[in-house]
Amino acid sequence: MSEATAEKLVYERPHALLPVVTNYCPGCPHGIVIRLVAEVLDELGVEGEAVGVAPVGCAVMAYDFFGCDMIEAAHGRAPAVATGVKRVHPGNVVFAYQGDGDLASIGMAETVHAATRGENITVIFINNAIYGMTGGQMAPTSLPNQVTQTSPYGRDVDTAGYPVRVAELLSSLDGVAYIERVTVDKPASVRKAKKAIRKAFETQIAGRGYSMVEVVSTCPTNWGMTPQDSFEWMRENMLPYYPLGVKKDVVADGFENAAEAALARAAGCPIAQPKGAE
Amino acid sequence: MAEKVLMKGNEALAEAALRAGCRFFFGYPITPQTEVAAYMSKRLPQVGGTYLQAESEVAAINMVYGASAAGARVMTSSSSPGISLKSEGISYMAGADLPGVIINIQRGGPGLGGIQPSQSDYWQATRATGHGDFQIFVFAPSTVQEMADCAYEAFDIADRYRIPVMILGDGLLGQMMEPVALPEQRDLSSLPEKPWATSGHRGERAHNVANSLYLTAEELERLNIERYERYQAIKDAEQRCEEYLVDDADIVIVAFGASARVARSAVNAAREQGIRAGLLRPVTLWPFPESAVSAAADSAKALLAVEMNMGQMVDDVRLVANGRVPVEFFGRTGGVIPTPAEVLAKIVEINERSGE
Repeated sequence: MSEATAEKLVYERPHALLPVVTNYCPGCPHGIVIRLVAEVLDELGVEGEAVGVAPVGCAVMAYDFFGCDMIEAAHGRAPAVATGVKRVHPGNVVFAYQGDGDLASIGMAETVHAATRGENITVIFINNAIYGMTGGQMAPTSLPNQVTQTSPYGRDVDTAGYPVRVAELLSSLDGVAYIERVTVDKPASVRKAKKAIRKAFETQIAGRGYSMVEVVSTCPTNWGMTPQDSFEWMRENMLPYYPLGVKKDVVADGFENAAEAALARAAGCPIAQPKGAE
Repeated sequence: MAEKVLMKGNEALAEAALRAGCRFFFGYPITPQTEVAAYMSKRLPQVGGTYLQAESEVAAINMVYGASAAGARVMTSSSSPGISLKSEGISYMAGADLPGVIINIQRGGPGLGGIQPSQSDYWQATRATGHGDFQIFVFAPSTVQEMADCAYEAFDIADRYRIPVMILGDGLLGQMMEPVALPEQRDLSSLPEKPWATSGHRGERAHNVANSLYLTAEELERLNIERYERYQAIKDAEQRCEEYLVDDADIVIVAFGASARVARSAVNAAREQGIRAGLLRPVTLWPFPESAVSAAADSAKALLAVEMNMGQMVDDVRLVANGRVPVEFFGRTGGVIPTPAEVLAKIVEINERSGE
């Protein structure tokens, strides 16, 4: 055996990631998460069945990055668009990739209702507490006292209210099978994030119900920090407000899927029982 | 000829859509179109289709966008205020060249308006169903039979030209019952192939993308110009209207939908008085039947637009007439339906003036 053939390939572009240059700023974690999703599509062998829905925001061009079929949605509407696709092709693997303004502000109604319907889709949610694409305005997830272009004196909770903890909010809904909050600030976190993304897609493929992974992220450009300082600021300020971890996992709770868990929760409600039940 | 059954306009439309191969419906309740959704919620599960009540009109049209991108024959229905909410999604459908059928059973406006029949969304349907450079195809049925026929054909038009198609009805047509001969069920395996659909590439082709974003101005301009070339082909091939006693008419009424029913009675009454009146009834509002209206502008002494609004289609009549002949307007609005006597009085007034 020659030395050349003994070389072990440890890193290559995932097939589901097209060989294109992304539009992300230097140090932006979007590229990491996009790659993780592509790796998972590869590993599960579902690129050919996958249909992705891109948002409006920094990931707006994601339809040019993923090799699977892609749809560009209107701002906030990705879960509704994904619903339309999944209802037509229940066997397809359908995911939406959204930021905090898209998912938790203008698209909150679509987000909540797709989750409560138990749409069998996967949502990858990038929470970096700011509107990146438009140049750094206050987001629904901007922290109290966080300075942005439209909260120049810091987010005043008396007038602007409080940030939304999306993972916790959606975890209260019966249609949800799996929700985990992760981050990608260091190799160990990236590995954990990938596991969560993979589990979310597996949840969909098993037909268990709605799955979402919230990725606590950064925006070096609009936060005005180096990538390293951004992660430090994120660990110091965001993670206490947005604690990492599994927020809902119906399988870990002992159920087959979201529907079974919902039924158990509604045990005392006669009309909510399955038709034909004694 | 199929056996005739007595049906409400909204239900005839819904059944015809099913028979055209529509298997997906996303909607939201609003008067006076609710029978469409109710009918679909009952029938779609019986034929293996999907009815989904969306959380909003906005979500419903975006589900239509997704289902259409995925290759399905898909429909939504609403009434005026709900159509305003859908206009965002309709613009995106137009920008991504996605087919789909949108029903507007109009009610009075603006704002919450009323729930009585109206035609005050003519401008919205033909000019501005959302932002940007685009048109949608607009049918204007006038009978329950036509509600069914237009719905049946709408899906073919939408697929052929990759364009959103609207059926612009109103509360009167939606709620009234008439005998209708329903079209045959389309063989679903005979529906057009959609190689552009985002339904998973199965490793057999490059990825498909449904998108309306083009950040290079010249590219967006080129795509808009190409789309308008397609629109011109539609204008050349698809203008439809019904002519009634137009050939020898001195006064030609132009009216669509419910107001055309009233106008037809007024034309008959005018003829009984010896006034040569006729009716030109657009069945497509976009493309507007320019050829027929232009011919009438050459042959008649006056044109009279009769509408259930403050005067909207009359703009198109004037554009086509281009000063060749006086163009008058009569309308009632806010949900009031004009009477044949009112329209007759207007015909008589125009006749006396043009005789002077």
